[in-house]
Amino acid sequence: MSVAKRIIPCLDVDKGRVVKGINFVDIVDAGDPVEIAKKYDKEGADEITFLDITASHEGRDNIVGVVEQVANEVFIPLTVGGGVKSFSDVRDLLSAGADKVTINTAAVANPDLINEVTDKIGRQCIVVAVDIKKSKEQYNVFTHGGRHKTQLDAVNWCLECQERGAGEILLTSMDKDGTKEGFDNEILNEISNKLSIPVIASGGAGSLQHLYDAISLGKADAVLAASIFHFGEYSISQAKDFLRDKGVFVR
Amino acid sequence: MKNIAVIDYGMSNLHSVIKSFQKASNKKYKVCVATTNEDLKKASMIVLPGQGAAKSCMQKLTNSFPRLHEHILNKPFFGICLGFQILFEKSYEDNGVDCLSIIKGSVNDFSKQISQDLKVPHMGWNNVEQKKDHIIWSDIPRTSFFYFVHSYYASAESKEDISSTTTYDIDFTSSVIKDNIFACQFHPEKSSNYGLQLISNFITWSESLK
Repeated sequence: MSVAKRIIPCLDVDKGRVVKGINFVDIVDAGDPVEIAKKYDKEGADEITFLDITASHEGRDNIVGVVEQVANEVFIPLTVGGGVKSFSDVRDLLSAGADKVTINTAAVANPDLINEVTDKIGRQCIVVAVDIKKSKEQYNVFTHGGRHKTQLDAVNWCLECQERGAGEILLTSMDKDGTKEGFDNEILNEISNKLSIPVIASGGAGSLQHLYDAISLGKADAVLAASIFHFGEYSISQAKDFLRDKGVFVR
Repeated sequence: MKNIAVIDYGMSNLHSVIKSFQKASNKKYKVCVATTNEDLKKASMIVLPGQGAAKSCMQKLTNSFPRLHEHILNKPFFGICLGFQILFEKSYEDNGVDCLSIIKGSVNDFSKQISQDLKVPHMGWNNVEQKKDHIIWSDIPRTSFFYFVHSYYASAESKEDISSTTTYDIDFTSSVIKDNIFACQFHPEKSSNYGLQLISNFITWSESLK
């Protein structure tokens, strides 16, 4: 018996408020991170991820406050990412109550940061977010929210992150992100099979079948999705029921 | 107001543990951070959370809390994760570490025991199978999901001590109960409603011990 496959809703946070049209009938303030996190916990979300998309430097401290408020009232694992640059950023988020911190651009710019966090705090708390895009011969890693192309090969980079002590990989296919056509299960499968740490699939979820495919074809350990849950198309519990009916081990 | 002392030895994130005990105790207790033996002396209950490696945990604990062993035996005690593992006789982490020997058994490496297809750490939600009828499991279904993050697993020798088991390729001890001690491998502070229920049950049980 294995561990349950996780369903993780992802919330974009700008200056301390949840953005991107959350659409729940029973929520009074759709921008309140605490209220939304509570709602997802109640529905059976296995974890919640907050992505800080605040552009301005001044607004950045807000995310620490958000984490603290949510961690005071919601007792499931919380992952936070977006703009994390240094060890002290990681530490601040963890002491505010985050369980895991996602790093992306900073990991590429300074891969030793992964080792530093792992050595000082432990590998369970560091998730490396890897944004990838297919080119002719390989999948390239992108940084800066997908604006900068690097020459890193996705598979090799994920292996390096694991070697350096990353606890998980959050793999986002930029080709699929926002398309609602399903995850890129081919690369997901390749990376998941090569790694011994969990891989979270992200980018492309448009239906419950897509979540199932990422788990069965892509061998993902967890699936992260935003819009299919936020806009009320499906609830987390519907997703769980769907997967359970197909024989997937879920909570 | 009575105290619940959460032991701080610099290795774990206490935020969620403190908040979950505050919530579960319904503000009947003051939840404090304990950094010295004196703090433990004053406490009505002791909570030992933990992350990281067993060796440095044992070192830091013995340095800062020389009388910890005595307190664990004499006060209601709740150990979480590493705070559960160090109750055993020996952990095979870091080439072997002698632990507190309060529970008979040892702590072993998952990666040496389980199928290559399974990932280590064992991270995520898994079933906790209750092995004892006890107030600590009140209002929690016999098999329920709790949240785990660990690379080493415990095997208690005596069936008497085992409060629950969990399967990750192999069956391991996911919680123990003995005299005034309850300790678990999983994180009740991250296990949603059943986690809070478990903490609240522990508090009720502790009150009956006095």
